[in-house]
Amino acid sequence: MDFEWIKIPYALLTLFIVVNFGMLLGAFIQKIGARVGRRHGIPIWQNYADLIKNFGLRTSITHGVMFYLGPVFRLTGGIGLLLFVPTIYGSEMFSNLSFSGDLILALYFVFFGTLGMALGAGESGHPHAAIGISRGLSQVSMAELPFALAVFAVALQYQTLSVTDIVAAQQGGIANWTLFTNPVAVAAAMLGFLGSMMRPPFDVVIAPQEIPIGPPTEYHSSYLALMQTNRAIFPIAKIVIYMNLFFGGAASWPVFFLKVFLIYMVSVIVGVVFPRFRVEQSIRWFLVWAVPLGVLSIVLV
Amino acid sequence: MKPELLKRMVKGPDGVEFEVEPMRDYYCDAPPTVQHGAYIKIVEDFFNWARAESLWILGFGTGCGAIEMRPLMTPRFDAYRYGIQWRPTPRQANLLVISGYLSTKTLKRAIRAYEQMQSPKYVVGLGSCTINGGMYWDSYNTIKCLDQYMPVDLYITGCMPRPEALLAGFEDLKKLIRAGKAEGANQYAERFDWYKANQKQVIHDWDMPDYNW
Repeated sequence: MDFEWIKIPYALLTLFIVVNFGMLLGAFIQKIGARVGRRHGIPIWQNYADLIKNFGLRTSITHGVMFYLGPVFRLTGGIGLLLFVPTIYGSEMFSNLSFSGDLILALYFVFFGTLGMALGAGESGHPHAAIGISRGLSQVSMAELPFALAVFAVALQYQTLSVTDIVAAQQGGIANWTLFTNPVAVAAAMLGFLGSMMRPPFDVVIAPQEIPIGPPTEYHSSYLALMQTNRAIFPIAKIVIYMNLFFGGAASWPVFFLKVFLIYMVSVIVGVVFPRFRVEQSIRWFLVWAVPLGVLSIVLV
Repeated sequence: MKPELLKRMVKGPDGVEFEVEPMRDYYCDAPPTVQHGAYIKIVEDFFNWARAESLWILGFGTGCGAIEMRPLMTPRFDAYRYGIQWRPTPRQANLLVISGYLSTKTLKRAIRAYEQMQSPKYVVGLGSCTINGGMYWDSYNTIKCLDQYMPVDLYITGCMPRPEALLAGFEDLKKLIRAGKAEGANQYAERFDWYKANQKQVIHDWDMPDYNW
């Protein structure tokens, strides 16, 4: 297979669109959350100002090599996840590096950033970071379980491990979406989705009111800026996978923006309604409600 | 000096003996240096704009003034509208609000928090206690003039200043930052010995390195 160099600018363009969309969407979602609390919330450009401010800090300190690599791994996880799945279905320009076994790779990339973060935050030596990491890893692993089960159910259903093929099988009307052809798997995956979006009720890991801010306690200036960039990319990348697997993918950017926003709103609506779970409560919740659904979806297929 | 801060030999769980010196192992005591901004003026102005629009306050209250910051986070005054947010860790914060009287015991913690923040960083003194001691002017264990212990960019007067006064004060601080006049961190580095001498004059149990970022 020969490599086409034109894919590099295409990938950068995808990245550029998604980063900006992620920054604006993140601020917009925060504004929605603030409106629920009868506040006005942050300005829509606030994330850009924060990012420039953090890049513009004059001093920064390090705790070692892994402390550098933590945010880099995290960003790699987000970008890798985004680039290895087709962003826009049927578009040569925005399918990027998707290939026939990309579903497995995507599952791996979902976890990659968290692991990198664990190494980096562990090296910072701050006890709050260590506690945050152990909480975060246990919660994310638990949320990942129903999602992985649902993904296997979907892979069995369509008899393929290629995200592009799964999207292709869902074309031709809403009734062909996995949402309607395999509702149990989608329900299990959406419960897992709530757990991995770092919004209430599952945000005890990074909540400022808990163990102060968890894993990124020691991170500042450019390190923090890298992680903020990832926080713009990663939710979008994750939603792209959900959109492709369960909601028929997107054939153009307007459809993409709309679907990503609506899927994001699922976790936002749950988040503003329900209070925060402790970690052991959320693990129990996933075990009781989400995992049996995932198992059921595999049995039904 | 407390015994747990002294240099000593410790036996690890695996039976290996090693030397522990808490004052050197856990801190860096390199003094702060003067940090220059970007050399191109338009870049530095751009950074200053971003710094002004993204004030991250360290969630650290020292006196009764801390209670005036709570209404700023809630719907009535909602400071988030103006790009003012609270961070729980000094590493990420760049604005330290000394909210009211500062006892010498708290001064020690305030200094450590201030030194852990990354440059450029700003200090706002809240209420008359930070200016001249206020109603604690003859107290034996509060400091009277915050200026002598850390570089203050802005004072907000009142006892207590209302949340509106705080918002107005933060807007004034933004103007200072945009004009490039809020260089407290460099001032602290330049007059480091003077600040340290003042701090040590009131803190009698000084059991930390001179500079602990």
